[in-house]
Amino acid sequence: MSPVRVSRLTGITVLVAVMAFTMLPLVSLLSAALHPQGSVPTGVAWPHDPQWGNFVDAWNAANMLTLLKSSTLIVLGVVPAALLLSALAGYGLGQLRIHGETLVLLVLLVGLTSPLEAKIIPLYYQLRDMGLLNTRWAIILPLIGLFMPFGVIWMRAHFLTVPRELSDAAKVDGAGTWRAFRHIHLPLAKPVLASLALLLFLWTWNQFLLAIVLVDDPAKRTMAGALGYFQGQYGTDIVLLSAGALVIMAPTVLVFLLLQRHFIRALLQGAIKG
Amino acid sequence: MSSALDRRHPDRAAASPDGNPAVDQGLVPPWRLRRHAAARRASTGRSRWSGWLYMMPALLVYGVFVLVPMGRTVQYSFYDWDGVGPATSVGFDNYRRVFTDPELISTIVHAFELLGFFTVIPIVVGLVVSSLVREVATGRFGTVARTTLFLPQIVPLVAAAIAWSWMYSSQGLVNQTLSLVGLDGLTRPWLSDFTWALPAVGLIGSWVMTGLCTVLFLSGMAKIDRSLYEAARVDGAGPIREFFAITLPGLRQEIGVCVMITIIAALASFDVIYASTQGGPGRATLVPGVAIFRLAFTEHQVGLASALAIVLTLLVLACVLPIQRLVAEKNP
Repeated sequence: MSPVRVSRLTGITVLVAVMAFTMLPLVSLLSAALHPQGSVPTGVAWPHDPQWGNFVDAWNAANMLTLLKSSTLIVLGVVPAALLLSALAGYGLGQLRIHGETLVLLVLLVGLTSPLEAKIIPLYYQLRDMGLLNTRWAIILPLIGLFMPFGVIWMRAHFLTVPRELSDAAKVDGAGTWRAFRHIHLPLAKPVLASLALLLFLWTWNQFLLAIVLVDDPAKRTMAGALGYFQGQYGTDIVLLSAGALVIMAPTVLVFLLLQRHFIRALLQGAIKG
Repeated sequence: MSSALDRRHPDRAAASPDGNPAVDQGLVPPWRLRRHAAARRASTGRSRWSGWLYMMPALLVYGVFVLVPMGRTVQYSFYDWDGVGPATSVGFDNYRRVFTDPELISTIVHAFELLGFFTVIPIVVGLVVSSLVREVATGRFGTVARTTLFLPQIVPLVAAAIAWSWMYSSQGLVNQTLSLVGLDGLTRPWLSDFTWALPAVGLIGSWVMTGLCTVLFLSGMAKIDRSLYEAARVDGAGPIREFFAITLPGLRQEIGVCVMITIIAALASFDVIYASTQGGPGRATLVPGVAIFRLAFTEHQVGLASALAIVLTLLVLACVLPIQRLVAEKNP
């Protein structure tokens, strides 16, 4: 075999091995989830009689419809608002180039790199005083704030790449900064906003610490927070727990797989046009 | 996904002092831009102030839900407070306890041990894998591979912890595999073993982070000029020299981004540990994140929890900010 063939073969082998290792925990969950309830499965073994009904039981035990509704409400509360605020601020920073830009970026950087642990304790008391503990607002409002550094820096990076001549042309036409933003810059930023929306959706859906600290009722939590509760309830029943974990993570995985295709198509189109 | 990831961190956005990507990419010499900008500054003085109006809503929410809480954490850290009654000021007592209480020191030590699993393993494995598969990770196979490797980033960390806890349990896949190859003597319930619990939860972190780093490195390698590799091959360079002379310098930014993301994930880890071991057995896997949660919300030692949170934050910033500056510097 030629050296090129050998290196191709090594590459494919390594890649397949890494992919298999990545899938292993999920396969192991699936194998456990398909065993008869009450039995103690061993490692990864395909059961003689796969119990697909376990997923229905887990769906009911976890109250999936309520959980889906709750997480969706939280996402709807967080993502559009965070996108709008990030776009506005990114426009201010990237296109209008405000005075004190460096200071603003520095302040945002502190929030971006400091862990949630630095904010969670006072957040609890703050939201208690606002009377918002145990409501979805207790997750929604802090999350919008916590996403600001990332969202603003992301949108600023986009608006820096938009030629300033576009704003200048709008000004010549008599449009103020607001109309230029609303009618020219916002529509142009759609793809960038879409990818930001995807990330914020994920991070909201998977938010755990905020959910378990600020909301006791799993029916008002994010999906990850609800999974934490489910684990507490069914921790000893490995079959039902595995089925529940798979059911609870299914929506994000589905959305990811769907949008991944969108993403790739968009990239390919961009490459062809470029 | 790769282009999305590139914007994940501010270092790219703030790569040049002007923050202008045209300069970073070498499209416009900086001096020309400066003259240009000075002329524009004079003409658009008004809009430079009106920009603040657009910043206001974001800064307001950020201030109320991030800056104010951070300030209050500092304030609480100087109090002795149970969260209900009156608080008494105790100066630096809480900090003194963080640095003298062996239990609290051990949480910080554990956090740094996790760095090996969350940061070192994913970056080393990611570099090796991505250079080995660079040629084959294309087309449809490449897409499937990237999607698969990204999956650990998509599932909630709690789910990852549940899946791995099951794999580590006495009946789980790890012990099953060991028995299969005749190493029955090594089998154990890994997460309740005082010696092995920490490496075991650390490996969960490696699983979560390795795919992310690999995909990032692959997208970075795609941007390296192919002719560099061809030139190296003409010069007779082997794959090892090729890696150190071309790939590694070309991936500086991607490596920097991975180091930052994974350091924050390791030092401030909470979800994985809370859902797999809760810090046990004993305190073998107790990390600052879980300790802060317990102290503040079940043991009512708000002041001490806040002091630990501040120490953790300073440690994270001390590790991340130098790397941030290193990455932000222009490539030579």
